[in-house]
Amino acid sequence: MGIFAGVDIGSSYTKAVLINQAKKVLSSCVLNTGADFERVSKRAVSKVISQAKVSAVSSIPIFSTGVGRNLCPKANPMTEISCLARGSFHYLGRAHVVVDIGGQDNKVVAVGAAGSQVSFKMNRKCAAGTGAFLEEIARRLDIPLKKMESMARHSPDKVDIGSYCTVFTCTEIVHHIREGKKAPAILRGCYESVVKRILEMDPLEGEIVLAGGVIANHPIVTEIFQEKLGRSPFVPDGPQLLGALGAALMSLENSYVRT
Amino acid sequence: MTQTRLARSTQKLKTLMKDYYQELDEASRSHSRKVAWCTSAGPVEILTAMGFAVYFPENHGALLGARRLATPLIGKANAQGYSPDICSYLTSDIGAYLGNETALGAAYGVRGIPKPDVLVYNTSQCREVQDWFSFYAREFKVPSLGVFSPWKITELSRANIADVAGQLKDLAVQLSRVSGSPLDPERLKETVRLSSQASNLWKHFLETAKRKPSPITFFDATIHMAPIVVMRGGQRACDYYRDLVKETEDLIVSGAPAVAGERLRFYWEGMPNWGKLRFFSDLFENLKACVVASTYCLSWVFEELDCDNPFESLAQANLRVFINRDERYKEDYLAGITRDYQIDAILFHEAKTCPYNTNTRFGLPQRLQAERSIASAVLYGDLCDLRCFSEEQSRTVVEALAEQIMAGRRV
Repeated sequence: MGIFAGVDIGSSYTKAVLINQAKKVLSSCVLNTGADFERVSKRAVSKVISQAKVSAVSSIPIFSTGVGRNLCPKANPMTEISCLARGSFHYLGRAHVVVDIGGQDNKVVAVGAAGSQVSFKMNRKCAAGTGAFLEEIARRLDIPLKKMESMARHSPDKVDIGSYCTVFTCTEIVHHIREGKKAPAILRGCYESVVKRILEMDPLEGEIVLAGGVIANHPIVTEIFQEKLGRSPFVPDGPQLLGALGAALMSLENSYVRT
Repeated sequence: MTQTRLARSTQKLKTLMKDYYQELDEASRSHSRKVAWCTSAGPVEILTAMGFAVYFPENHGALLGARRLATPLIGKANAQGYSPDICSYLTSDIGAYLGNETALGAAYGVRGIPKPDVLVYNTSQCREVQDWFSFYAREFKVPSLGVFSPWKITELSRANIADVAGQLKDLAVQLSRVSGSPLDPERLKETVRLSSQASNLWKHFLETAKRKPSPITFFDATIHMAPIVVMRGGQRACDYYRDLVKETEDLIVSGAPAVAGERLRFYWEGMPNWGKLRFFSDLFENLKACVVASTYCLSWVFEELDCDNPFESLAQANLRVFINRDERYKEDYLAGITRDYQIDAILFHEAKTCPYNTNTRFGLPQRLQAERSIASAVLYGDLCDLRCFSEEQSRTVVEALAEQIMAGRRV
């Protein structure tokens, strides 16, 4: 049975997924990307192969995606946008909109009933509302990134963050601290602002799939989406792996090779 | 890029532009002719007919952008109170003036920008030119004269045309006080005739891209458009474009496409990103995609020009330009172009500092998608300010759009 790999070399993390011909996920991994895209992509592929304990390594077809997609050896590069559409359609099998909140950019992709990508949007040259934004806020408030979520979740109140710029948000936070607001309320406001930035990109009509590292590591963001949209978004297993899964599926189908 | 394919014309263009700038330099230094600074929307024909040597600061802004000199110069203008949010042609040009720098020296061997005797602008393509020229009016203590065009017109009315034609006639009277002699109506007719001829040849050149595969790209057009901007109304522009059309037709006969294996055809909406033309040209070529047409280059096709009716036809030419029209007109225009040039998708360039030449801000791409099934994507950037641009994001947007179209063909 054939084995197929997808590698998503993102700005913060590199993700890899290995699937078989039945589209079953055999293994996956998430690594820090660092500064060497080629090296991390090789490490990610080796890791999923080793985890799945498969042989005939050299013959595994690979599709790569993410910012480092062109630097993954022996791989066919595809954009994250196409891979997200493919990965999310695998789960839903009908028309929907997939929202990916990544380390440095956000994407909204409309997927048609037959799985084709209808349109897409990306954020501007600004990391507000992305994983980098949350990392900056954690640094600014001197709170470990992993503690952010539980602090925000238990906050009885929240502050309103109006700025659409990370730097301006930090200025706003100084104002809230001076006003006596507590860190949990500020954090809750920051999470809400992540969702607001997405809702400013697109009206998010129809079924919504959420993906990306922010969704994987900060489940509160999904809850806020649910509150704002008035309906439940679908979150796949391993939302951070959705692009890599889409790449692996493309590898299997080899439906479009850019040569 | 593909300059080598149009090598004869590219070589002629270098000489032509060098001569043009050296004549301006000579006029400025020797005072042999009065120098007028003019906006790209004109009214260059009136100035040419009155014997002015005409200089275009917008061309200087584009040159600063193309040579990647603009970004640090923009900061100099910002420091003097000219916001980073206003036109970066303006801020890079004023920044260059403040720093006593110019791109003209390295490009054309002249010592500096020509000193103006008068500044003339038209607001039909941009409303910030008035403030741009008022800076130089204060610096050089020369008059700044404006033609104010009604904006975002749906249907052009007789009153609109009469309004602008009247302003152009008044302008000619004011200019005669600078030039020392009145406008000769016969010279104006001849200038408009030549301008019309150059415009028709320019149109012919651009329309060769309707062929599939296209013999030219948007990037070729941005290189060869300089004479239609700065020399229309003179014989040289006509001669140049006649030769360029011939050379392009030779390319068609020889069967040499602009992009080998062309499989995707895009339309560029909005301003060029002057400092990234090479990046985009290479990106499209790698995808076997050809940007076959653009609003920007088509904006210098002035089909209304009529030498028997010079003022009214100049008014019409200025008012009818795409950028001066309402959203409904723009939708119809883009739908027509998409059909005529067999375009797969539109790339909207959202230029941070150029709201007037940016058409993503009032839902136009979404309406084209929803009502006319025209696919598009938005590229964020700027005409000159490279601080507003991300290569990586732009690459992803273009590649994702290419993948979307190719995947759609297989369904």
